[in-house]
Amino acid sequence: MSTKNSGLLQSLWDFFCSLKLAISLIITLAVTSIFGTIIKQGGTMEELQREYSAGAIKLFGAMDLFDMYHSWWFILLLYLFTVNLTACSIKRLPRVWKLASVPTPLLESGVEKSLSNLYAFTAKGTAPQIKERMVAFLTANFGAPVITEQDGEIHLFVQKTPYSRLGVYVVHLSIIIVFIGAILGSLFGYKAYVNIPEGGEVDKVVTRTEKSIDLGFKVRCDKFTVTLYDTGAPKEFRSLLTVTDNGQEVIKQRATIVNDPLTYKGITFYQSSYGPAGDSTFHLTVRSRNGALSMPLTLRQGEAAKLSDGSTVQVVESTDEVGPMMPGFSGPAARIEFTPPGKAPQLFIVFKNSPNFDEKRGGDMIFTYDSSDAKFFTGLQVAKDPGVGVVWLGCALMVMGICIAFFMSHKRIWIRITGSRVVLGGSASKNPAGFGILFDGLAEKLKQVEKP
Amino acid sequence: MTSSLMFNITTFSYLISMLLFFAFLASRNKAIGMGGSLAAYAGFIAQTIAIGLRWNESYVQGHGHAPLSNLYESVVFFSWTIILIFGILDMKYKYRIIGAFVVPFALLGMAWAQLSLQSNIEPLVPALQSNWLLYHVITCFLGYACFAVACGISIMYLIKINSESSDSNSSAGGIVATFPSARILDDMNYRAIMIGFPLLTLGIITGAAWANYAWGTYWSWDPKETWSLIVWFVYAAFLHARITRGWVGKRAAWLSIIGFAATIFCYLGVNLFLSGLHSYGGSR
Ligand code: HEM
Repeated sequence: MSTKNSGLLQSLWDFFCSLKLAISLIITLAVTSIFGTIIKQGGTMEELQREYSAGAIKLFGAMDLFDMYHSWWFILLLYLFTVNLTACSIKRLPRVWKLASVPTPLLESGVEKSLSNLYAFTAKGTAPQIKERMVAFLTANFGAPVITEQDGEIHLFVQKTPYSRLGVYVVHLSIIIVFIGAILGSLFGYKAYVNIPEGGEVDKVVTRTEKSIDLGFKVRCDKFTVTLYDTGAPKEFRSLLTVTDNGQEVIKQRATIVNDPLTYKGITFYQSSYGPAGDSTFHLTVRSRNGALSMPLTLRQGEAAKLSDGSTVQVVESTDEVGPMMPGFSGPAARIEFTPPGKAPQLFIVFKNSPNFDEKRGGDMIFTYDSSDAKFFTGLQVAKDPGVGVVWLGCALMVMGICIAFFMSHKRIWIRITGSRVVLGGSASKNPAGFGILFDGLAEKLKQVEKP
Repeated sequence: MTSSLMFNITTFSYLISMLLFFAFLASRNKAIGMGGSLAAYAGFIAQTIAIGLRWNESYVQGHGHAPLSNLYESVVFFSWTIILIFGILDMKYKYRIIGAFVVPFALLGMAWAQLSLQSNIEPLVPALQSNWLLYHVITCFLGYACFAVACGISIMYLIKINSESSDSNSSAGGIVATFPSARILDDMNYRAIMIGFPLLTLGIITGAAWANYAWGTYWSWDPKETWSLIVWFVYAAFLHARITRGWVGKRAAWLSIIGFAATIFCYLGVNLFLSGLHSYGGSR
């Protein structure tokens, strides 16, 4: 490698090792993230045109601001951030590793100069007596010290949780692991969507980018039901799903509800939406008021049926739950168009839960709504994400690392005895203010016991 | 006994507590300060009972669920966690004057919830029927409460520093005489954030785990998620600045206040001004 080349590499490395870059990237990410919470994300063109002027659409569109979290520049920022974090950590790790793994039992003058927590005094007695008292003091108040005698000086040293220094690196590593998980998910996974009518079966799903994906097995929706609370608010959306793989029913009629998805071969199906599947049939009974006639009717929505007297009936509209539209009523209802021969069509509603309601209409013919085979389709979100385990691993490491990084500190206390001269020194890897309070407490206690 | 009666008692107790703390500031009479703490604890007990009663009432209505499902319930819970964190600090560090700057947040929450939010107990819609709701909301709000306490302490710090620099000769007088020293306030600010940050992290992670379980996407850049990340960044910056740059004192206090403002925006602003998946929308 030529020196010019290595100079370039070196400056690239320095660039990515800089803490300034890290801070700039964090601020840039935080600020640009705000745009996406203000500007509508992932809307259709019509939705955008309703909310924004043509100029704004052109400008924001050019900067990918309508789908900014997937835009090239935002992803680039995330990659830069990851490289930066990695480089910073690699650069600092050896030094920190040494601090954690190699004890420093001597309070040499160089060390002493670097400490901001120092307390010196002159003690009574001979050096061995002082040593004994100091060892007892440290053992009682902080921890049992290591004793080193060198050049006529006695050094006592106690340290606590030196490896807690590595906590931040666990946190930084965990962030990188989460990113790796996210990248794995975006490379080898997909998010898709599928609608299955009741009784229907699918073996393909469609992704957000309109790509069709073969599942490799079949999923059937045997039944879909909605249940409601008395208030009319939805209580449960439930699909009974059956998975067939190689002609074998491997999962039978598994109830899939929101917050309880179905997973098969790494592909997960989430209950997400539903709707009418279209070809519903209705079972009605029509009878004449004088009791002369009573006959059952089976109608499909929108199809007219002829009665024996020449009148026609059809279901023009139906709902599974009429409550929200007509307070005081509940359950399924259908709007009927009834046309007696030679007369104007009559429109009215029949309710499954109020079978006598149509009598009050006063017509010659009375209709009841007995049942329906109203068909639904279930809308399932389909996701395959092989990176998700890696993401959770990263999250677990992150919480662990944060606890180590915050709640544990590498604390060191030295005492050096030179004749009758005693120096107490201390340092902590974290929270100097908090350690200062601890150190001052120690010095205060020492002052008490060593009162001249 | 109904939950709403107990919530009234709660609000009243927090009001008394705040007034006593203000009186403590002015009088420096220790007994009054003690009274402030006791009123806060009485309110806390009443509130705990009230939350339990409300939980039970939802079972009586036939669709039992933890009272964490709408804006009213979350604001009430937020105020409960603030007093909880204050209580822990009070017991542990004995600087009860902090109450004068923390109890008002809890009182504000209770008063707002009771005066202008819908307090009906509603059944849970399918998306909320998950134990993750519990883990997610509890961790988030404990984190938020730590940030609220840190913000209160930071305000005290700034007041203390200003009064010390303006009349250094009469430092014994004025309301700040009851305050802990600036150094201790600064340290407590850091401690509160140090506890809040892991809780917020857990809150974000449990939220992601829940989203993954319910929808198959652990992160969808929904405005609430994005703002919680921004809040996380602000406090990460606070911690980095403190740990690696030695940012203490005034700058740390201001960062803490900014962080809490971002927290409140994440909690309320996002619902009121932006749209998204989270259900505590508006005051309905
Ligand atoms: C958000 C992404 C993060 C980035 C880009 C980042 C970046 C950095 C960098 C570059 C340093 C080196 C400072 C130095 O040694 O002088 C550092 C240190 C540190 N970071 Fe982070 N960090 C991030 C997240 C976190 C988080 C979430 C924590 C929370 C625990 C954390 C805790 C620390 C600590 C305690 C140090 C001091 C390490 C030392 O002095 O050796 N970092 N961070």
